[in-house]
Amino acid sequence: MSATTIEHHGPATGSILREAVILTGRAMRHWRARPVTFSIQLLFPVLVMLLMGGLLGGAIAGTTGDYIVFVVPGILAFTVLSGIETTITAVTGDAAKTVTDRFRTLPISRGSVLLGRVFADMLTAAVELAVVTAAGLLLGWRPEGGVADVVLAYVLLLWLRFGLLWVGVWIGLKAGTPEAATTAQLAIWPVAFLSTVFVDPRTMPAWLGVVAEWNPLSATASAARELFSGTDLTGVTFVADHSVLFAIGWPLALTAAFIPLAIRAYRRLS
Amino acid sequence: MDVEMSPPGSIRVEAVRKTFPKRDKPALTRVDLRVDSGRVCALLGANGAGKTTLVRILTTLTGKDSGTVSVNGWDVDWDVDRDPARVRASIGVVGQYAALDEVLSARENLELFARLIGLSRTAARSRAATLLEQAGLSEHGGQKVSGFSGGMRRRLDLVTSMITRPAVLLIDEPTTGLDPIARRTIWNTVRSLVDEGTTVLLTTQYLEEADELADDVVILREGSVVATGTPSDLKALVGEPRMELRDPSLEDVYLHLHQGGDAA
Repeated sequence: MSATTIEHHGPATGSILREAVILTGRAMRHWRARPVTFSIQLLFPVLVMLLMGGLLGGAIAGTTGDYIVFVVPGILAFTVLSGIETTITAVTGDAAKTVTDRFRTLPISRGSVLLGRVFADMLTAAVELAVVTAAGLLLGWRPEGGVADVVLAYVLLLWLRFGLLWVGVWIGLKAGTPEAATTAQLAIWPVAFLSTVFVDPRTMPAWLGVVAEWNPLSATASAARELFSGTDLTGVTFVADHSVLFAIGWPLALTAAFIPLAIRAYRRLS
Repeated sequence: MDVEMSPPGSIRVEAVRKTFPKRDKPALTRVDLRVDSGRVCALLGANGAGKTTLVRILTTLTGKDSGTVSVNGWDVDWDVDRDPARVRASIGVVGQYAALDEVLSARENLELFARLIGLSRTAARSRAATLLEQAGLSEHGGQKVSGFSGGMRRRLDLVTSMITRPAVLLIDEPTTGLDPIARRTIWNTVRSLVDEGTTVLLTTQYLEEADELADDVVILREGSVVATGTPSDLKALVGEPRMELRDPSLEDVYLHLHQGGDAA
């Protein structure tokens, strides 16, 4: 069935890429408009690193300095995990203020809003990782792996962020309210602690070490630790012995599961 | 399926039904509606009458169970699946809440939406300036929307919905929560859009709003149309015109004082 008239009052749709880049620019403007909020967001993982190092570093690794060297790759993984909160807050904020409805009634490509979210959050994640890396370097951490290994470590960290991003979009769309961000924030800590981010799983009770190593966050944290140190690290399970493989596989599974769910949830918004 | 498509700039709604999961009653039982090009139709009804549901169906935001909906010559179901951008370009939407990015300024909002629909940076800047002027907000263009009053937000929201120069504008309760002065400013903005040839369907709970703006009125009750006609037609249903002497209402006093009158 077609319209009896082809009168068209608006400009034709642009490319999805162009629209997504414009929406990424919107996120950049948000940074500029809220410098304090953005600075706190950037410095939060550094604060966690300092707190963990200062309070528990000596007990866990002998000295705070040794613990910082151990924990920096884990904090980078933690940074990636906590980024999910940014995604959920942005998605629920737009939905609550009906900005999402505005986008959905505009003559733009269907996927550009979600793609814009992806670009903006990945860019934010890259800046966050750079800040944590700079803080780690200042505190004495030095990557000892080769350039290719170090690059691969960062790629794997961003790859996990990409997978988690879709989880965040889905949660944000399904929850629809900013309060959902608070719930997700609460979930971040148990996930982070029940992993290899802060503590070597070999020091845990055997069963807990297994649970921690099967945590998807652990695969990325352990892979980053291994690649940054340039040495093969062992753990208590098969997962730890193949951390790079699992650091590729877990985010792939998250992406494969949550991209369709997020797109479906976006299309079914009513 | 044989469906009468709406001519350019008009709206046709035929036998539309909509139910939501977990609700006993349908939101829309069977709604028929017709708005001709260049006219203003007010959809009147109490809370829960189905006004917003109908507007969301017309805007492509919500699907319907059955019936047909055609806006500006497009079948809202069929053509949205095939060419959503062209359908949406011809429909402007003003929701119950100002759909604006509060972190950005008024100008940045307008430029963002203008750039999204394909305008160049220069054209977007020019379009934003025109729309700010139309909303009477030129002096506030650089101000963050979060600092705007309710009336300023609604005016900005209204002109933002005109970013694509749509033939049809759907407005959901444009003046709810606004003071009488802000309400009249919104009415003037709507009138200026109608003067430019835009067809308007607006929902409202305020009878005087319908009286002020509408050429036609449709009254919804519990998801069904219970009356249709011009304001004069509907008033005639009540009986013969009568002359009534009444004391000024508080709204009369408020308007008098804000328009420079002397209360004493």
